[in-house]
This record gives sequence, structure tokens and C-alpha cells, in this order.
Amino acid sequence: MTERLPVSMVVNGVPTVAEVEPRRSLVEFLREDLGLVGAHVGCEHGVCGTCTVLMNGESVRSCLMFTVQANGAEIQTVEGLAANGELHPLQEAFREKQGLQCGFCTPGMLLLALELLGENPHPTAAEVRQGIAGNLCRCTGYQFIIEAVLAAADRVPIVVGEPA
Amino acid sequence: MKPAPFSYHPASSVKEVLDLLTELGPEARVLAGGQSLVPMMNFRVAQPAHLVDINPVVELDYLQAEDGRLAIGARTRQSALERSSAVAAQAPLLVEAVGHQAFPTVRHRGTVGGSLAHADPAAELSAAVLAMDGELVVTGPDGSRTVPALEFFQGPFETVVAPQELLTEIRVEAWPAGTGHAFLEFARAYHGFAVVGVAALVHLDGGQIARAAVSLCGVAGTPVRAAAAEERLVGRTPTPETLEEAAVAAADGLDPASDVQGSGAYRRKLARVFVRRALRLAVERANGGQS
Repeated sequence: MTERLPVSMVVNGVPTVAEVEPRRSLVEFLREDLGLVGAHVGCEHGVCGTCTVLMNGESVRSCLMFTVQANGAEIQTVEGLAANGELHPLQEAFREKQGLQCGFCTPGMLLLALELLGENPHPTAAEVRQGIAGNLCRCTGYQFIIEAVLAAADRVPIVVGEPA
Repeated sequence: MKPAPFSYHPASSVKEVLDLLTELGPEARVLAGGQSLVPMMNFRVAQPAHLVDINPVVELDYLQAEDGRLAIGARTRQSALERSSAVAAQAPLLVEAVGHQAFPTVRHRGTVGGSLAHADPAAELSAAVLAMDGELVVTGPDGSRTVPALEFFQGPFETVVAPQELLTEIRVEAWPAGTGHAFLEFARAYHGFAVVGVAALVHLDGGQIARAAVSLCGVAGTPVRAAAAEERLVGRTPTPETLEEAAVAAADGLDPASDVQGSGAYRRKLARVFVRRALRLAVERANGGQS
């Protein structure tokens, strides 16, 4: 079956049009068609969270969405965080606090943390721990990730969907 | 990992969904939030030839609360249910139950109707709707029928919804003032699948239990009501002994299967403990937070 459907969406502020097979997952589309390899492919069944992106400001698992379903949507990936060569405050905090080891879970963690701080700008450590519970870090570096999110929360107001 | 090819049919109204389901036949599947169906497709456990996407069906995205009756459109996101002050006021059990279903990211996409129609035996929302004696509106080419939750679930991942039908609405009635609710579960990891989940409602009147409902998920092929536990509660004073007696009755009525999450005997023991705890919490809340 070679049916291809037109899609149009805004990815990290950039209007994008393409034709895709219906079964093309959003994460594959981002990585392979747009070259945005920040969203990682981990479990491919919605368990690990490393493919997390923001769709219309809400976190979604891009391995569980077909690209055609994102037609008309605004997507933000980890590539959309840094602006003008400057790291986003969350990224800066992750770097300072060593909130990553191998880095595989980091894109998902950053976007989840961005959403978390958007909803709850001054979370407790326990709230951060609960907030990131859906994303797995196989280095088990959770403690530093939590410290990084708390450090970022102390610095600047986080606005979801806008670069720093 | 890649799903088998399928043709994609976005639908924008209930009528369009029903027409498509009739036209495409039993090889078509309804795609709602996709948080269960898409993993199954990625593993190729499910290989539907056609997907009818109901995400654009905004007419099924609503929460209506009137005179103690709550109507939930099947396409309503689980996160909308979770955040609704009307649902929190009229059916707090549903809010507490849905909060146990996976993670916020999954609930952004996952729908209320999708969870019920998927009929995972461990699904928390199914047990909560069952405890509330909910009704499910199933719409097909010849119109709608209303099915009590007790009849809706037929087995693991099996409901009364026929291939050409769509679950369109979930209805529950609020319990009166003086009611306490509780949803508690045991899972192997934070927000993991319920090994055992318990939904409880207790209505107190003059210090006595006037009405009670207990249901469980994760202990059988469908969510189950613990009628024997309810019988031991109604008309009694909610002493620790009474609650324990009800918990024993609930557990005695179960014959859970063993799987990788736990043995049947372990589940029965968990059921007893969690029914007791859920009832205790529900009674506390019925008393306005005082035990």
C-alpha cells in the first residue's frame, strides 16, 4: 500500500508540508523526514517517554501518533529549546547539575520538564519526581535530573512553546 | 518496529464514523487516543486494514453535569476529565481513578471512551464507572442503545460494542451529600498497571452506611462488583470490624488468575487489604475527613 497523504504542521515555529504514508509515526517523520533527530526512538510502544514532544503545548508520545494525526498542529521538539545559540535555562541547568549521563532520555525529560514547570513553576522535589515518572532514564540518573529541574525553576519563568 | 500498512479515514462526526464503519466492515478499527491501539499496531498484534480516526469528532468532546447527572462524551480526553471541577464535584471517584491511568502525557491523548471500549481488565476507569452503576451509550447504524456498565464488559478486551458501532457517551449519577469515595491500587511501579485496583463509594446517613459500592480491577477478565461486600456494609455502622468483614467477603468472591505481575493468591490477599483501606478512606471522607 503506497497511499500517501498530505500533511501540514508547524515544527519549532517553521511551517512544514509533506506527504506521508498513514502508518508513518510522528517520531519517524520528525527524525527521518525533517532530520530532527532530537526526539529519540526508545521502546516504540509508549513506555519509555524518550520520544516525548509537545503538540499544541501538551506533551505527547510521538511514537504513538501517526504523522497524519498531527496535521494542522504545532509541534515543539528539543531542537526548539535553544535560541540564538543560547541554551534554554532548562538545558543550562541540566548541564550544570549533570542531569544527563548517556543523554538518551534527555530530550524527553527536557520537554516533560518544560511542561511541568509551565503548569507548576515552583514544584517540590517530590512533584518533580512524580512529574517525570513517566519517562525512563536507564542510567538511573533521576536524582540529578530532579535537581536540574528544581534549579531551572528557581531561575526564570518558563513559558511553554516559546524559546528562552 | 512499524505498523502494518492501513488506510486512514479521519471522521469529523458520529454519522461519518458510523458510515465508515459500515462501509469498511470488520477490518476497520476506531482510533481514539491511540495509547493502547497504536502499541498493539507497532507490535503488529493488531493489523487493522482501516483506521477510522475519531479524534476530529469534537461533538463527542464534552462533560455535561446537570442535576447530579454527568454525561461524558466518549472522545473527551482523560486529562480533561481529570481537570474538570464539575466532575470533581459530582463524581470525584472518576477523577481519582483516572489519575492512576498511566501518566499525564498518556492522558493528554487517551480518551474516556477509548479506555472503556479497550476494556483492559486492569483499567481503573472501568472499575470506577462500574462502581457508579454507569451507563454506556452505544450508537450504531440503527440508533443508540444504553448499556449498564455491568453488561458492557464481556471479557478481557471485549465489550458489547459491535464492529459497526461506536461507544458515544458515558453516564453516571452523582451520589448524595454524605458520600465518600476512594480509589486505591497496588501496582509494581508508580502508575504502572494495577495488579489490584479498588473503587469504593460509601454513603453515610445518621452514622450508618445507607449505600455502598465496591468494584475491583485487575482481578478477573472484566472489572467486577463485590456485591457480597456491599451486602455486609449496608445498614451497618462503619466500624473497623465491619469494613474488614466486607473486605474478606470481597476477596472470597474472587478467583484471580496468576500472571507475571502476581499470583492469584497474592491478588486475592491484596484485594482484601485494598478493599479494607479503600472503604476506610471512603468512610473518612463521608465523615468530612474525620475518621
